[in-house]
Amino acid sequence: MPPASTNYDYLWLIPLVPFAGFLINGTIGRKLPRALVTAVALICTAIPAAIVAWLWIVMKAAGPPDVIQAVSQPWIQITGLTVNFALTVDHLTLIMLGVVTGVGFLIHIYSVGYMAHEEGYWRFFAYLNLFMFFMSVLVLAESFLLMFVGWEGVGLASYLLIGFYFKKDSAANAGKKAFIVNRIGDFGFLLAMFLIVREFGSLDFPHVFNAISVNPEWHGGMLTAIALLLVLGAAGKSAQIPLYVWLPDAMEGPTPVSALIHAATMVTAGIYMVARCHTLFDRSPYALGVVAIIGAATAIFAACLGMVQHDIKRVLAYSTVSQLGYMFLACGVGAYAAGIFHLLTHAFFKALLFLAAGSVIHALSGEQDMRKMGGLRKRIPITFWTMTMGVFAITGIPPLAGFFSKDEILYQAFISTNPLGKLLWFVGLVTAGMTSFYMFRLWFKTFFGPEHFEEHADLHDHGAAVHAYSGSHAVMVADPEENHAHGVHESPWIMLFPLVVLAILSVIGGWVGVPAAMGGHDEIGHFLEPVFANGVAAETATATASHGLEFGLAVVSVLVAAIGLYIAYVFYYKKPRTAAALAGRAPALYRLVENKFYIDEIYSALIVAPLLMFTRLFLGGLIDGGIVNGAGAAAGGTTRGLSSLVRRIQSGNIRSYAGWLAIGAAAVLLVMIFGRSIWPH
Amino acid sequence: MQLALFIIFGALAVAGALNLLLQRHPINSALSLVVVMMSLAVLYWSLGAEFLAAAQVIVYSGAIMVFFVFVIMLLNAGEEERTTGSRAAYIVGFPGAAAIFCLLSFVFLSERNAFGSSNVGGYLNHITSNISEVSSLLFTKLLLPFEVTSVLILVAILGAVVLARKEQ
Amino acid sequence: MSAQVPIAAYLILAAVLFSIGVAAFLIKRNLITIFMSIELMLNAVNLTFVAFAHMWHQVSGQIFVFFVMVVAAAEAAVGLAIIIAIFRTRETLNVDSVDLMKS
Repeated sequence: MPPASTNYDYLWLIPLVPFAGFLINGTIGRKLPRALVTAVALICTAIPAAIVAWLWIVMKAAGPPDVIQAVSQPWIQITGLTVNFALTVDHLTLIMLGVVTGVGFLIHIYSVGYMAHEEGYWRFFAYLNLFMFFMSVLVLAESFLLMFVGWEGVGLASYLLIGFYFKKDSAANAGKKAFIVNRIGDFGFLLAMFLIVREFGSLDFPHVFNAISVNPEWHGGMLTAIALLLVLGAAGKSAQIPLYVWLPDAMEGPTPVSALIHAATMVTAGIYMVARCHTLFDRSPYALGVVAIIGAATAIFAACLGMVQHDIKRVLAYSTVSQLGYMFLACGVGAYAAGIFHLLTHAFFKALLFLAAGSVIHALSGEQDMRKMGGLRKRIPITFWTMTMGVFAITGIPPLAGFFSKDEILYQAFISTNPLGKLLWFVGLVTAGMTSFYMFRLWFKTFFGPEHFEEHADLHDHGAAVHAYSGSHAVMVADPEENHAHGVHESPWIMLFPLVVLAILSVIGGWVGVPAAMGGHDEIGHFLEPVFANGVAAETATATASHGLEFGLAVVSVLVAAIGLYIAYVFYYKKPRTAAALAGRAPALYRLVENKFYIDEIYSALIVAPLLMFTRLFLGGLIDGGIVNGAGAAAGGTTRGLSSLVRRIQSGNIRSYAGWLAIGAAAVLLVMIFGRSIWPH
Repeated sequence: MQLALFIIFGALAVAGALNLLLQRHPINSALSLVVVMMSLAVLYWSLGAEFLAAAQVIVYSGAIMVFFVFVIMLLNAGEEERTTGSRAAYIVGFPGAAAIFCLLSFVFLSERNAFGSSNVGGYLNHITSNISEVSSLLFTKLLLPFEVTSVLILVAILGAVVLARKEQ
Repeated sequence: MSAQVPIAAYLILAAVLFSIGVAAFLIKRNLITIFMSIELMLNAVNLTFVAFAHMWHQVSGQIFVFFVMVVAAAEAAVGLAIIIAIFRTRETLNVDSVDLMKS
């Protein structure tokens, strides 16, 4: 037990140092030399990473449990509600912090190389530091309110970074879309917080969860309502049905942004929140069921869409949505530890995949369309090998990371007490097959086969090129003198170093969660036990668990992944025209899937268009035009009318002046004579 | 005797005023005004203000009104012509004046008991004469206003000279 | 002692003169006549002052009349100078033609 007098105020450095980096780079970064901006950004990310590493040591040495806190000034103190600025670290927080600061630091290093020729270099790193600040606050928060601050803040940072190339319309629109769709989720979160205040009188996690724990008879009802609203918030942030539509468009941002925010950290905030509130969710089987169904549905739906995308980043985006669905599914069946485990491994291999894709795009001077790639494995070998690690990890090939985490989820779904458990397992299995198919499709199309890309002999620029979607090199923004070698080339070492580190992690990262069925000790499960000790999974662990079952299910999923690999091999390597032929035989279906089932268009027609019309007519026309403008116009008009009346006195006619004089004098006389009674004599 | 004085010269003053109103040529109006002022001088004398009566005759009718007559003759102003605003002026003017008269007389009549009566010989029995009273007040307590008025007259002279000059 | 005249009578007389002055001011069209009506009004006020001075047996009312006369003289001088200046440019003394201040 760490002594109570130990001061953990240094926890505040974890969010505040990146914030300082944001302030420095944001205000004077424009005038600083590139090297200084880089130094500031990297130092302000390395320090939190170091502190987190220190925390690991401290927490491990302190022995069993626990939780440490750093409380500071009170924030809100009114009768009925007290909220403090307080940070807390338990084992769950440690894992999240490790992901955020560790992967974040690696991506910062990568960005130094990737964004080297960008015009808004200082702006990028300022926003990135801002994001680190808010994400740290989100993860470290001890109360719903402080978490919400981080929640909103990462949404803001995401908006700023997606719309980084703000001169491009599609990027700006994507940023807006992300922010607005997130807001819908945030609305749910806010309502949940209101209900929590009403029910529990406090927004602090310990207070709320203790209150629930000491009342084992509380079930359903208000708790379900709160839980469902929280799910709405999580669905917005973690891109689940029905609020996933922003994530594919978010690929307009630079690739490091996609890696950090839309793969490893921000989108996992919803999962983290559900895991953090597991005490609440466990009391509402209905809400848990909703979570599981949404997760499974999203997983398979996104996998469908990912199979027909042509942009390499879009494939990865839908893959992210699908994998987040897995995590949701895990939480929904009560296997929170499994969900967090998958969050960890996903952070490794998805960040790796995105960064490697960025390396490919960089090598091809901005080409993102896979139809224009091919045969790259000889040209950019390091990128190829690291990306291969990532692809194998995500498809669940043992003994890489994704295999252990994904199988844990599928196993828990199979044995869960949820009546739909077997069905959810099956959906997850099919999704795993589809995941394997589209990832290997990406792998084959990018690195194997004949070369479809053009060698660009003329000048190119990373930033301008990579935001030229589908091959059009529209905007050249940086200094044309900074040429690279012509043609396809490997990325600089500063970009390859993080790739290698993440590849290693993708290989060994799953080894912390090897289940007993395969001879491991499931360290991560045990590590998270203090957090989820009273979770549903603990109850079901004794149900139909058996090592044989687990092993058997694992074999089945590996088989399915192998089938996916084989089909992709046939379609895209052996007989490359098979895919086109199949698409030709069912053109309507193919077009439907290719256009994302027209979901965006449906949303636009059902929700956006009526809202716009309402806004334009009612708010814009009636209230703004009528009342606000009207009030102004009325004030002006009244003055004008009155003045045009009064102006007639100035007729220039002396006699009328005289007349008015006389009337005025008479009025004064009258008042003096007859107004005696009202004068304060 | 005071009553007779009051009635005769009061009537004369009112008649002169009405004549000023009704005459069309300004010279006739000017001469009527002179009549009014002379009558008022007599009334001042009957109220015991001999100095003022003399000043009225010398300054007002002897200087100011002569000045008016000079200007009228200089400008050779003719009879008034009718213009468009005349009708409106009649409609406003007469009732307006009547209203003011009613107002003022209402006030004065309602307080007539408090005013008391005048006494012709009242002042004339005092040890000091009216003019010595006026001057002793004027040159001691009210010396500053007295000097200021002389400055005022100087300014007026200068103004009149500048304004009436022919453009060079 | 002959029959005494109430002070109120003098005041009423002054009121009559004042009203006639106001009427003339509003009705007449000749600039100089209008000016003269102002002098008439001033005289009426002077009469009021003198009557009150008599009533209160104080001489300060008469002093005020003195100052009013001085001011009237100055005003008459300047005003007539202005009228002469106007006549030079306009060749008419009709008050309705002096409307340059019309807004």
